[in-house]
Amino acid sequence: MTVNKPSSNPKRALSKKRAALLAGCAATVLLTVTACGGGSTAGTTTKDGFAQAPQKDGALTVWVDATRMEAAKLYQQLHPEVKLDIVSYDGNANGSNYLQTKVQLFNRTNKGWPDVVFSSQNNEASWAVDAGFAAPLNKGLIPESTLGQFAKGANDVCTVDGTVYCLRNDLSQAVLWYNAPLLKKFGYQVPATWEEYQKLGEKVAKKHPGYLVGDAGDSFTPEIYLWASKCGANDITGPKAVSVNTTSEACTKMAKLLDVLIKNKSMSISGVFSTDFGKNKADKILLMPGPAWFGGAVFKDTLKTPAGQIAAAPIPQWQGDNAPSTGNVGGGTWLLSKHSTHLKAATDFLKWVTTDNAYQGEKGPGFPAYAPAAETWLKGQDASGYFASDLSALSAASSQVWPGWGSGKFSQEAIWAATVKPGLTQGKSIVSMLPAWQDSIVKHAESNGYKVSQ
Amino acid sequence: MTLSHSPSGSAGRRPRGAARQSRAGIAFVAAYVLLLIAFGILPTGYAVYFAFTDAGGTFTGFSNFVNTARDFRFMDAVGHVALYLLFWLVSLVVFVVALALLLHRLASGTMSKSLRFLFYIPGALAGAASVLVWLFMLDPTVSPVSSLLGMLGFHTFGEVIAPGNLPLLFTIIAFWTGAGGWIVVIYGALNNIPTDVMEAARIDGAGAWQTAWHIQIPMLRKWIVYMVILAFAGGAQLFVEPQLLSLASVGVAGRDYSLNQLTYDFAFQMNNINGAAAVSVELLVVSVSAAAVFVARSGFFDAD
Repeated sequence: MTVNKPSSNPKRALSKKRAALLAGCAATVLLTVTACGGGSTAGTTTKDGFAQAPQKDGALTVWVDATRMEAAKLYQQLHPEVKLDIVSYDGNANGSNYLQTKVQLFNRTNKGWPDVVFSSQNNEASWAVDAGFAAPLNKGLIPESTLGQFAKGANDVCTVDGTVYCLRNDLSQAVLWYNAPLLKKFGYQVPATWEEYQKLGEKVAKKHPGYLVGDAGDSFTPEIYLWASKCGANDITGPKAVSVNTTSEACTKMAKLLDVLIKNKSMSISGVFSTDFGKNKADKILLMPGPAWFGGAVFKDTLKTPAGQIAAAPIPQWQGDNAPSTGNVGGGTWLLSKHSTHLKAATDFLKWVTTDNAYQGEKGPGFPAYAPAAETWLKGQDASGYFASDLSALSAASSQVWPGWGSGKFSQEAIWAATVKPGLTQGKSIVSMLPAWQDSIVKHAESNGYKVSQ
Repeated sequence: MTLSHSPSGSAGRRPRGAARQSRAGIAFVAAYVLLLIAFGILPTGYAVYFAFTDAGGTFTGFSNFVNTARDFRFMDAVGHVALYLLFWLVSLVVFVVALALLLHRLASGTMSKSLRFLFYIPGALAGAASVLVWLFMLDPTVSPVSSLLGMLGFHTFGEVIAPGNLPLLFTIIAFWTGAGGWIVVIYGALNNIPTDVMEAARIDGAGAWQTAWHIQIPMLRKWIVYMVILAFAGGAQLFVEPQLLSLASVGVAGRDYSLNQLTYDFAFQMNNINGAAAVSVELLVVSVSAAAVFVARSGFFDAD
């Protein structure tokens, strides 16, 4: 063996690591060159509230995640005359920002944008408007009569200065899921207030140790509990302004409740999608506050809870609160590209996918944001026989989402995951971490260009 | 970079051979130089241009550097990368040299061959794939060594990836994927030490320790320096390990951990390509300076 030969290996190892960076830089060079060559805005016409590119024939490009693939395929089946190019991507799940990354690159190359795109995040408008990607929808593309039938507040996350830039796919209002036969067997009542909820948790810890009244280990934990408690951690007050206060009474009393239940182990801190939860806790769920999509995505598909067990009740309220309030976890959105050269086809697709009963009413995995489709959806869920109760709690909650928690450019879920979750694992209390949480939100908001008031 | 310099051909045949050799040499180097320019020098120049301008292309001096350094995550990321580099370089030098010496002592034979192969296997996995292997290894619920993790006091993935454990975890992952190739290289270098030197040492009564300490390691110096320079440059660009860990842990650990992740955030989430370029230029300057120090102090380019 000579010395020269193997030395090609470490070099390759280096170049492998460096390749990502270099290739990225090189690609940027090439892309920018193309952008300089092909960048012309000539031939646009201003219509529907924005400058439209010259319209052409050709395939409509639609980006969807794995779950929404069914929607695109169904549309193709029902509209065989439309040339559809369906592209699958991660749907920006967990704030992966794939779409944003790609749009930034397409903006440099001046081509490549999808015509219609689904995102599982509901804060896309916060960057897609600045990036010149999202087309205004309430200036002519989608009629007011259609927009008016979305659930109250459903498209707030899509609205910037009164203009709607995306349509909500589904709502993710939080309700109290529970295992009806198990609750009956143990002789407990569904709690109506948070005080009762806490008492129940303390009782469960003593009498039925191991069973759970909730989970506080997910990155969206604050959106279930603290949002429902009207904690002002994320009040987006303007396009670039946010008010943050995580140590108010509304925040601390919910944090204290969580701390008590975490300490007596009636609330898990694994997270419902963790391998640990699936293996050790799936059959120990008594109560579980969670968003609308928990019904299908968590109980039915991930934890494989058998039919006839899971039921939904309204999320508890604090004693003395007169108006019900709940939180919201995600809920996808559909965006239409300003750069589309097939606006008519794109608009048709967008309208169909968000409002048509054929998908939203009959096949949609989550609670449709479009109210008439939601009615059909609820009937379908009742008819399927999976749930042990009707899901009327979901429709009631759809208009009770507390409006004081917004969707900024920075991900609240990412901040909670990095700031609070490690402490929880080490046994720190949530109350003790509220100031650190505030500090982290403020820093992230400021570095994203937000003006923060505390 | 070559170390083997066995003279080829006798003096008499040298002119023709040398001419042919130099033509072949130019052809090899030319291909490399072209790639170097296209994928090394041009992008670097472009990054430097970006680093000193704003989005509109106006010269802004050092403001991109100042603004990114003021980001609240910047100093944390510098600390993380520095700590990781310390762990990674020390473990690399100590264990790679030790393992290569051991391997060399085993002399030839099947044992040595199969060990060399074993060391090298993890390196054959692509970077991201090997990190994924570790994500399974480190999750007590699915890990094949979960009982070992349990003995160390780890019962959930969350406990394993506590912030304090990260530098060590990344070092273990990087060592597992990267060290095998280096063991083979250093082993090759050991084989290149002339047998008469080794024999002389043995006749003088030097034991294994003395031979290693006084003969082999000094003669490996250049190789170790070479390894440290490349490992430093690679380690400073830490990205894949924390990025995948942050995806796997849904953001609990590893988000915005390293400087390279920060540049990625600047470029694609905050739409600040110029700031990202500034940080990448800083990384380049640090790596090149470190390499320069090592080269100067070790007499790397001195002829033997």
